[in-house]
Amino acid sequence: MIEIISWLIPLPPLLAFGLIVLFANRSNRASHTLGIGAMLISWALAMSVFISAVSGGELPVSTEVEWLPTGDTAFNIGTWIDPLTAVTLFFVAWTMLAIFVYSVGYHNYGNARDPEDRPGFPPQAGGIEPMYARFFAFISLFAFAMLALVVTDNLLVLFVGWEIMGFCSYLLIGFWYGKDSAKAAMVKAFMTTRVGDVFLLLGLAYLYSLTGTLTYSEILLNAETLERLATTPSVLGPGTSAAALIALLFFIGTVGKAAQWPLHTWLPDAMEGPTPVSAMIHAAAMVSAGIYLILRIFPLITAGWRHGEPLPDVMVIIAFIGAFTALFAASLAIGQNDIKRVLAYSTISQLGYMVAAVGMGAFVAAAFHLITHAFFKALLFLGSGSVIHGVEHGAHESGEHIDPNDMTHMGGLRKKMPLTFWTFLIGGLTLAGFPIVTAGFWSKDEILAEAYGTNHLAIFIVLALAALLTAFYTMRQITLTFLGEPRSKAAEHAIESKWTMTAPLAMLALFSLTIGWAGIPKGFPVLSSFIPNWVHEFVGATLLEPVESLEFNVIPLLVSVGVALGGLLIGYLMYRRQEAGAPDPLARLGRVYVWIQNKYYFDELYDFLFVRPLYWIAETFVYRGLDRRVIDGTLHGVAGLAGRLGGFLRNKIDLPIVNASGDLVGEGIKTAGFEGRVIQTGRVQAYLIVGIIFAGAMLSYIFFLS
Amino acid sequence: MVPLSWYLILAAALFAVGIFGVLARRNAIAILMGIELMLNAVNLNLLAFWRYLWSDNLTGVVFVIMVLAVAAAEVAVGLALIISIYRRRSTVVAEEIDLLKW
Repeated sequence: MIEIISWLIPLPPLLAFGLIVLFANRSNRASHTLGIGAMLISWALAMSVFISAVSGGELPVSTEVEWLPTGDTAFNIGTWIDPLTAVTLFFVAWTMLAIFVYSVGYHNYGNARDPEDRPGFPPQAGGIEPMYARFFAFISLFAFAMLALVVTDNLLVLFVGWEIMGFCSYLLIGFWYGKDSAKAAMVKAFMTTRVGDVFLLLGLAYLYSLTGTLTYSEILLNAETLERLATTPSVLGPGTSAAALIALLFFIGTVGKAAQWPLHTWLPDAMEGPTPVSAMIHAAAMVSAGIYLILRIFPLITAGWRHGEPLPDVMVIIAFIGAFTALFAASLAIGQNDIKRVLAYSTISQLGYMVAAVGMGAFVAAAFHLITHAFFKALLFLGSGSVIHGVEHGAHESGEHIDPNDMTHMGGLRKKMPLTFWTFLIGGLTLAGFPIVTAGFWSKDEILAEAYGTNHLAIFIVLALAALLTAFYTMRQITLTFLGEPRSKAAEHAIESKWTMTAPLAMLALFSLTIGWAGIPKGFPVLSSFIPNWVHEFVGATLLEPVESLEFNVIPLLVSVGVALGGLLIGYLMYRRQEAGAPDPLARLGRVYVWIQNKYYFDELYDFLFVRPLYWIAETFVYRGLDRRVIDGTLHGVAGLAGRLGGFLRNKIDLPIVNASGDLVGEGIKTAGFEGRVIQTGRVQAYLIVGIIFAGAMLSYIFFLS
Repeated sequence: MVPLSWYLILAAALFAVGIFGVLARRNAIAILMGIELMLNAVNLNLLAFWRYLWSDNLTGVVFVIMVLAVAAAEVAVGLALIISIYRRRSTVVAEEIDLLKW
């Protein structure tokens, strides 16, 4: 039963996509009914799979059928339900369902279409989104791709889902394609992730050429294959194993998709899309897919490595990039004034935690943080969308022209939007890792504990610093947005959003609080005695060798609690009396603050290093040199030659010989007719005389001469 | 009894008169009448040969009746054509009916 259900999970959204595009695109009601209905079916199927997986069913469950014949063998397509798949399905289904429902309210369903609004621009005065049906079609396709990526049993289908998501993110980031910034952002997101995807594809090809298969069970759960890959020297030379090279190529794919340094620049710009899309990309689907990939290939990354040994090169690279990104992005987040950009950098930073955890070999910790992050980040994004909605409404009421995303114009929204405030507060505290009650505390603490427990002190310090910054910018955001007094008329006139927006918030808030209790580490004072560490036991069973849980240590716990509370406190104290128009207290940092505000000039650096040289090559070399001179020149040469040959044939052969003889025949017949027409007198009797004379002559001949 | 040759001479004379009428007359109706004369000359020949040479079977008589029937039909069609031409062009002179001439 679970085998069949696992096949069906991704299909309803795909069906909804087709139906909306083909039949329902004129009806807003029909399109959101189809989209949400399909997502609800997928959700129910995913939950049934999840429940049967956690209630002790035999795992992994896998099915496959032949897909693409390739000579003697064939690519198989199939489904694969193991603990990692089950928990991923769990958070993907829940967050996506919340996002779908939220989209209805976010796009002002129920309000009349504002005649001022044009497709390609966000609605200005609370009218319904002009391209409402299109939005639901796109996110349905997005949901299909993510679900297909999760339930598949091989890396090829995973890659297909991965690319469909890249394409959907392109469409959705540029959903308001009338804005130039959105156009630039959509291209940037697509191109930047493409860099990673090329390496991922290379990794797939290399892996396939060595093993002849891309199926999980034959590579990742096959100790023999892993051993062989780990001992085969790679094409780069004897120093690196094939497994390491493949893992590195795959990891570059993750760097692109999960927006790790140095391919992080696309993600903050992706905020140009509608807020549900931001939540979709940055919580439920796309970046999670990046982390899902490195979790999935974890056995490949760690091939040949035992717990406790020094880390191999590839894991050092992964851990370094993850830890560096975590701190780097967190430091950027503190200087942003756009409410969504803060969250964007925070997403990059949190993903850095997971990547660092994978780099340290902490599989369970990374998976756990992936789950909790999906819930609280979806909550924060949707909450920020609700805030923006409220402020936009206020700006429209008061007639003020301000950027509704800018936190410096907000303040005091806790009274105007209580539900949004409380849920956002829960999300923020979870992100900051507020002790005990929030899920983020447990998952982040586990990563820190792993770093400390496995003696990676450098990583531990970097991640702890990042956690401090995380708590700081979270509190800065909450204080600027919700606490204090309104700093603009728009904020004074803000109103609470509709229930279709707040209900998903409440649901996600509930998960943000409770989901962490499933992963309380063993040995934690008091709590662990009556709550088992379910996550560790269940998710840890994904791998061939069971992961041993660490001894409980109080130092990382204290550090984690200390930085979370400290960061929150500093953030609150610094921003609680922020006045309208006053400079940011961080501006006292001087040059550093300028660097942070300009994102360390990475966009400018990439522009200088890659974009402009590319334009230059495209313009001078490819366009002028290759296109105009070589290709056009060749074509013109061929055309000229053909023209001359044709002229010769026409003037020397066609005209004098073929045409002339044809004309001669025609003219000859014409002349003969003209000359011979005199015998046609038109007189019946004359004809008769000729006939009689001729008949008489013939008869005379017959009678008298023969 | 009148010898066979007399009939034949009469028929030849009639035929010659008919041919002359057809060739020389300008009036289309007269031309038609000439054709009738020629047909009747043939009929006379047929009857004469039948009476004198094969009087024991009816072949000659039947043939003559056939010719008469065909001639009657031909005259009907011919007169209809001539009437039609007369209505359109107010003439029955053969030389003036020259629509197909170049």
